[in-house]
Amino acid sequence: MAVNKQSAAESQAMTGNEALAEAMRQINPDVVAAYPITPATEIVQIFSSFHADGLVDTELVLVESEHSAMSAVIGASAAGARAMTATSSQGLALMHEMLYIASGSRYPIVMPVVNRALSAPLNIHCDHSDTMGSRDAGWVQIYSENAQEGYDNVIQAIRIAEHNEVQVPVMVMIDGFIISHGMENVFTLDDQTVRSFIGPFKPRFPLLDVDNPVSVGPVDFTDFYFEHKRQHHEAMVKVKPVILEIAEEYAKISGRKYGLFEEYMLDDAEVAVVVISSAAGTTRYVVDKLRRAGVKAGMLKLRVFRPFPAEELAEALQHVKAIAVMDRADSLSAQGGPLFAELRSALFDLPKRPLTTNYIYGLGGRDVPVADIESVFNDLLTTVSTGVAGPKVRFLGVRE
Amino acid sequence: MVASLKELATREDRLTSGHRACAGCGFPIVIKMVLMSTDDPVVVANATGCAEVCTSIYPYTAWNVPWIHSAFENTAASLSGVESAYRSLKKQGKIKDDRPIRFVAFGGDGGTYDIGLQALSGAMERGHQLMYVCYDNGAYMNTGIQRSSATPIGANTTTSPTGKKSFGKVQPRKDLAAIMAAHNIPYVGQASIHNHRDLMTKAEKGFKCDGPAFLNVFAPCRLGWGFDPKNILDICKLAVDSCMWPLFEVENGVWKVNYKPRTKIPVADYLKTQTRFRHLFRPGNEEVLAQIQEDVDRRWERLLEMEAITNKK
Ligand SMILES: Cc1ncc(C[n+]2csc(CCOP(=O)(O)OP(=O)(O)O)c2C)c(N)n1
Repeated sequence: MAVNKQSAAESQAMTGNEALAEAMRQINPDVVAAYPITPATEIVQIFSSFHADGLVDTELVLVESEHSAMSAVIGASAAGARAMTATSSQGLALMHEMLYIASGSRYPIVMPVVNRALSAPLNIHCDHSDTMGSRDAGWVQIYSENAQEGYDNVIQAIRIAEHNEVQVPVMVMIDGFIISHGMENVFTLDDQTVRSFIGPFKPRFPLLDVDNPVSVGPVDFTDFYFEHKRQHHEAMVKVKPVILEIAEEYAKISGRKYGLFEEYMLDDAEVAVVVISSAAGTTRYVVDKLRRAGVKAGMLKLRVFRPFPAEELAEALQHVKAIAVMDRADSLSAQGGPLFAELRSALFDLPKRPLTTNYIYGLGGRDVPVADIESVFNDLLTTVSTGVAGPKVRFLGVRE
Repeated sequence: MVASLKELATREDRLTSGHRACAGCGFPIVIKMVLMSTDDPVVVANATGCAEVCTSIYPYTAWNVPWIHSAFENTAASLSGVESAYRSLKKQGKIKDDRPIRFVAFGGDGGTYDIGLQALSGAMERGHQLMYVCYDNGAYMNTGIQRSSATPIGANTTTSPTGKKSFGKVQPRKDLAAIMAAHNIPYVGQASIHNHRDLMTKAEKGFKCDGPAFLNVFAPCRLGWGFDPKNILDICKLAVDSCMWPLFEVENGVWKVNYKPRTKIPVADYLKTQTRFRHLFRPGNEEVLAQIQEDVDRRWERLLEMEAITNKK
């Protein structure tokens, strides 16, 4: 994250959920359909009070389930409206069927998701099992470290989803409770700046254009289904440059610059941790500490998980000797977490591959203290000195 | 007032011919009649099922009006999103057209009585300006004639097959129209395609009422029920004359039976017309037949009572 041009006086103390709701207010979607679920409920509650005070033009559809929330948002998007919802965990799981339909039909929907562990056992705290379970649903996935990033990402997501070459839905994540309910200083843009940045919604084939009737969502058999999926694939390929282009534009209005990922002290790093979302804060702190002690430690914080920026990651990490890949979700493949699998595959083509280890951490909201991240770096230093990576998949902070 | 047949014949076909439904299929008739009941522009939502599959095979479409399908169980929810978008854009002055747009969903009984009941209930409770039409063919036809909660007692389906120890479906039909009426929506109607005047009057009322409307329309399936396509309308008439499928409506809480047969024919006369009930006429199943007649009688009496109670001043 780049340095803010704004002074601290211009920031406001906000929780992650407040920041996301504020972004939604400024976006002023035509339709919001939603259903309560901890820890995302607040987003919709806050948005409902904006609605009750007449601060948005939105039609609020308070549906009877998340499956219906996504269905209503799909209907609204097809009708020609800018439509949003927000959810978490079980809600996202209940939407699963509709996630594929939203993306396969190419509806440019934006959905904040507050990461929370999936049942069973029932738990309301943060991990990434919910959105990692939706990683192949054809959505763009953008993860945020803190409330500021959540706010910035939601606004940029509108432009990404609606980009002519993309037309794919986007989910924007913040970590449940840690960020959703944690207070921090957030710099917001003024309403007019946000509105002119996102521009008006331009639907392509709106159902409400009754004089030009279209059929959307037809049955599509062996002769065309494959071509349509291929088009979806091509759109995903085009997402990366679009994200970067929009990030650049956004930097101009906000002073905050985003990429596909953030590199921290990585240029000359010998050991590095690759991490997603809030645990990056702790990792950055540990990197600083190690650097002061003369250790060449670095961090890579992934922002965009879908599409997966494989070449860019390989390029950024090729010089690192040992890498710890942090997964806040276990794919239960008995081969490590989802980020590990994809990152190792991304590194495979390098002439000289870094040694990699997977750490599954923080499931069900288990705290990630500084000492744990320090132990990861210590393991990496051992790996470098011995030249052996040791056990491939390890667990951090769990009682054996 | 429903237009004359002569005038109806000149109206645009909103669902064109060339779709791939079987000869003698009920749902295309339901859809055509419902869509002919308004001159206003319409947007249609369709549940997964025979109607959707037969009318939309890409790159063709039989729809001359805007149409959306997204999934099986969510049609009421998805249409409520379309309708909300309309209200939002209209309110913001983004839609200039003054003609009101009508919103109508079509789903089979499986997609409506069973898997879509929650989404339907939610949409009705929220009070969207839309009409949901169930074309009730009494089973999951698209997947090959499986029993649904709309399947009548005694019907042979692929998941309630007859056998040495089975006479077909055991349970009576769910009374969906009553469930919809319990939502206190302005209009609920039950109709049948053999009586176009009644069906179209109901559709017209459903389109025009202030709030959500629900229609349940009898829509025989020649393959699943086993009959000669040419007999479809006769079968509908027998269902209504036996009071197996009464024609009624609930307008703002007031129940009205729209057709009372002068002589109520035995339900067996209706059952006999279809192979799905053939086994009931074999020796040993007399009790089942009696049970079906009892069920029909009980429901008919109850309907008349509802009419009497709600019309009391
Ligand atoms: C969630 C889900 N479950 C099951 C199916 C499979 N399915 C598709 S159509 C259908 C039957 C539809 O039956 P009905 O709603 O009665 O309509 P009909 O086919 O009789 O027109 C089923 C079970 C599906 N598409 N989606």
